[in-house]
Amino acid sequence: MALNSKIPAGPIDSKWKTYKSTCKLVNPANKRQLEIIVVGTGLAGASAAASLGEMGYKVKAFCFQDSPRRAHSIAAQGGINAAKNYQNDGDSTYRLFYDTIKGGDYRAREGNVHRLAEVSANIIDQCVAQGVPFAREYGGLLSNRSFGGTQVQRTFYAAGQTGQQLLIGAYQALERQVALGTVTMYSRHEMLDVVVIDGKARGIIARNLVTGELERHFGHAVLLCTGGYGNVFYLSTNAMGSNVTAAWKAHRKGAFFGNPCFTQIHPTCIPVSGDHQSKLTLMSESLRNDGRIWVPKKQGDNRKPTDIPEEERDYYLERRYPAFGNLVPRDVASRAAKERCDAGYGVGSSKMAVYLDFASAIERYGRVEANKQGKPNLDKASIIALGKDVVKEKYGNLFDMYAKITGENPYEVPMRIYPAVHYTMGGLWVDYELMTTVPNLYALGEANFSDHGANRLGASALMQGLADGYFVIPYTLGNNLADDIRTKAIPTDHPAFIAAEKEVSDRINRLMNIKGKESVESFHKRLGKIMWDKCGMGRNAKGLQEAIKEIQELRKEFWSNVRIPGDINEFNPELDKAGRVADFLELGELMCIDALQRNESCGGHFREESQTEDGEALRDDANFMYVAAWEFKGESNFELHKEPLNYEVVHPSARSYK
Amino acid sequence: MQHYNMNLTLKVWRQKNNKAKGGFETFQVKNVSSEMSFLEMFDVLNEQLVAEGKEPVAFDHDCREGICGMCSMHINGRAHGPWEQTTTCQLHMREYKDGDTIVVEPWRANSFPVIKDLVVDRTAFDRIIAAGGYVSVNTGNAQDANALPIEKQKADESFAAASCIGCGACVAACPNASAMLFVSAKVSHLALLPQGDPERKVRAVNMVQQMDTEGFGSCTNIGACEAECPKGISIENIARLNREYLGAVFSGSAQG
Amino acid sequence: MSWKNYFSTSIGKKILVGATGLFLVLFLVVHCYVNAMVFWPDAEPGKHFTEAAAFMGGNVAVRIMEIGLFLGLAVHIIQGLSLWSQNMKRRSVRYTVSAGNATSKWYSRSMGLLGTLILMFLILHLYHFWAPNRYGQAFDPAWKEEDLYHKMIAVFTPLWVVIIYVLGCVSLAWHLMHGFFSGFQTFGLATHKYKGVIRSIGVAFAIIIPLIFASMPIYLHCVGNCGH
Repeated sequence: MALNSKIPAGPIDSKWKTYKSTCKLVNPANKRQLEIIVVGTGLAGASAAASLGEMGYKVKAFCFQDSPRRAHSIAAQGGINAAKNYQNDGDSTYRLFYDTIKGGDYRAREGNVHRLAEVSANIIDQCVAQGVPFAREYGGLLSNRSFGGTQVQRTFYAAGQTGQQLLIGAYQALERQVALGTVTMYSRHEMLDVVVIDGKARGIIARNLVTGELERHFGHAVLLCTGGYGNVFYLSTNAMGSNVTAAWKAHRKGAFFGNPCFTQIHPTCIPVSGDHQSKLTLMSESLRNDGRIWVPKKQGDNRKPTDIPEEERDYYLERRYPAFGNLVPRDVASRAAKERCDAGYGVGSSKMAVYLDFASAIERYGRVEANKQGKPNLDKASIIALGKDVVKEKYGNLFDMYAKITGENPYEVPMRIYPAVHYTMGGLWVDYELMTTVPNLYALGEANFSDHGANRLGASALMQGLADGYFVIPYTLGNNLADDIRTKAIPTDHPAFIAAEKEVSDRINRLMNIKGKESVESFHKRLGKIMWDKCGMGRNAKGLQEAIKEIQELRKEFWSNVRIPGDINEFNPELDKAGRVADFLELGELMCIDALQRNESCGGHFREESQTEDGEALRDDANFMYVAAWEFKGESNFELHKEPLNYEVVHPSARSYK
Repeated sequence: MQHYNMNLTLKVWRQKNNKAKGGFETFQVKNVSSEMSFLEMFDVLNEQLVAEGKEPVAFDHDCREGICGMCSMHINGRAHGPWEQTTTCQLHMREYKDGDTIVVEPWRANSFPVIKDLVVDRTAFDRIIAAGGYVSVNTGNAQDANALPIEKQKADESFAAASCIGCGACVAACPNASAMLFVSAKVSHLALLPQGDPERKVRAVNMVQQMDTEGFGSCTNIGACEAECPKGISIENIARLNREYLGAVFSGSAQG
Repeated sequence: MSWKNYFSTSIGKKILVGATGLFLVLFLVVHCYVNAMVFWPDAEPGKHFTEAAAFMGGNVAVRIMEIGLFLGLAVHIIQGLSLWSQNMKRRSVRYTVSAGNATSKWYSRSMGLLGTLILMFLILHLYHFWAPNRYGQAFDPAWKEEDLYHKMIAVFTPLWVVIIYVLGCVSLAWHLMHGFFSGFQTFGLATHKYKGVIRSIGVAFAIIIPLIFASMPIYLHCVGNCGH
């Protein structure tokens, strides 16, 4: 099967305009007859469901949480990018496009990324109109800050809770449609299969997580907005419930999986403290605006950080990357931290951490504040007190979170941070219209692979989720459904629904009947360890081959020895988790297979075999400038399809932040 | 920070489902690290229960970083436990010492029926938002974001109200099981912004009516909600909701 | 929405309780002011007070306002108790361990109880001082305003009456400790700027007014039993 990305012809800045003005439309009366299923209610799902509801489609929205407002987009802290150029610092749609392509290490599609940059400005307008309380300046206008990998200030934010505010905006728009009756909400429901009829996605099988009942839902189209799969690593910054199940079921039903090995390891997370750890907590990238990252110059230095004098500290990012300093992109910052720790310079009890230090920022802000108050000769202690207040206003909630988790006061001692799995650039392969290789099955937001290439820049995930939901899918869905207006709703006693439900039910029964000895959690931890050790920040052929074997064995063990207490027909979180871990056990293998075939280093994917002399990632454009789209052919059997990437506008070059 | 291990006695509310009668079950949990979060301590308990072939305790949780609002335990009489402005998932075990007994109950309110053990149904909150907690603006209707400057202080106040995570601790803590802090946070968030202004009266009235329909108690200004809110939402928002409501009552228009 | 609907929501009912509560606060000021005249150092004991009481008793306008007062009181009691009984039903299964005073004040949680105590006291109080005069005024053609000063001395002679009155004042103090601020909060006036001031005034009011009231039976008990 040849992959057709359906990128419109024409110059880069008119592709989307042309598409919008020439795509097919569905008239309002017909929209009322068309049913759309939206799975997931994060930024992409909630915004899509709300927008489609407003347009008149009959929408059913599903989420596994108790309320659509809890989707994990809520946890995004730092901000959302938009090419508004409100700061007059030379930003433009083109520059956002360029930064994103470069940040993604030239593994994203130009057409998609340019569209993303174009609609970014509309997102901010839309959100402000909904009442999203972005940070503002004293003059009443919107405030911006900078994020890694860029040299302009284009990030809009709401303290350290930007994702929350954007999601609440989309959630409110969604609830408004629920009240109007255009959207029906199914919370505590998990999608367990896609129903394909005559080659098109026509519905889903969902499980009511409260009663355990399986339900069949018809839809003319199915939109998967189910987020990323970082939890395959067990420890990640994802929510406990984040999972790959919906995307994986789609994959098994014929949707290709794009670049599964592209994982983003975020450089600034609170380090692991022990075996009990259930998740890792991110400290927003925005902290790198003001914080300085360092390790001691001496290996195994056990002094308190405040006792280590300035000249014995190695500000390694500033040293290695003077142009971007602490604001290099995430993949670069993460690898640099790992390099220092592996070389024996790590700090803290585990020695797997580096310092993120606010002392100089506190002093700098304190001086500015003292000048503002007309007291330029203030003593140092008072200046520091003033500076702490400024830092508290900017980052207070993050500092509080750090203090609660570690029991240390980050205003006094530098924070300890270490990279952790955060985001997955890979996902279901989609064309320009966000449709997967299964007709009428779409993937939006983090669930698809499309816009971030091999590395996502900070504050771009929120942008992509909302772009897909508010501004892309309303057009592209109509273009496709215009040909489907004669399709009547298919009754759910259609054989395909019955077969799909049986498949789901059989699998659940199989899981429950294993009655083994080991908990689901334990299997998940073991999988996570394999993935982190062998498919994490550094990858090599030998390790990946081992990992593939180990995962296959672990999967076998899982299916013969997992213990799931409770019953099928009741609220049973262990069973829910078991189904998700079973899917992770298949996905993990594919990630390793993908990482193995991509024998180059790009973005978050670092193959140890492919690096420059000074340890920087070495891309291989001649051999790997393609999207790896995997087709499911049966257990442990995946076929690689390559979608070549053509750069018409940007010329790929070695990515340098020096 | 000195780390230590502890053994604990847990008395946890168990209830098979909404129809069943619940009761307390006592567990011993050993070797709990002071570095664990409260929910990680529950993970340890549940692993122990699975190993013993028993059913683990069901509890709601998701992000485990204090923002999704899903966790919901009533710990020794306190919604989200004893730490101020902290969700259950961010409460850490260094709060406790060896030999402590901890009683854990679900949120208790008739409007939050128990689904199982410590899990309750909070969809009433969604229905309250659906009754008016939004700005009626369709996608694509927006003008330029900077076309309408908003006083920084108002924007900040609005943000403070909007930081509500919808966890329901206010209801759990209120002796009347009132949802006024939740409702007032949303009404305030939108009433403080010019975007929310056109619908402010209708919104206040409709959301209050829905809150009553859902069977929440009424606010008698006790203030326990504010004390327990993990996001520090102030009862000044309740004062504002009362003002908004009075504004609707005495405005001349038919709609309120 | 109709007026009836506006005032039958939970906030609507609370507005009625708050409005009548604040009205009763005003009444307490007047009542306290008039009654405090018992302390006036008159040559003829209680002269100022007796005159003021006679004026209040005989003035038509005051008598009409009194109807309003009773209506307000009735609304306050009925709505207050109805809210209280409704709120009691919002949590069928109670907590085994409750936060107690860690998150709120006991008197804030006990307004129904405190109000009921005040009501019980009020019945006795009206029976003592209001009913005899008003009954006579209404039904006895030969009625003449009774000398309340000496009536008070007579009523407060037994110690148990004094104790009950003091307890009534204590209930009132705690009721006001919450109610004063609560009334302003209900009207949305306890904003960031003003709430501190309102709270302070409320506390002062809740202490001073009941204290003055409580000192009357004690003082007159002394007057009755020991002379000046």
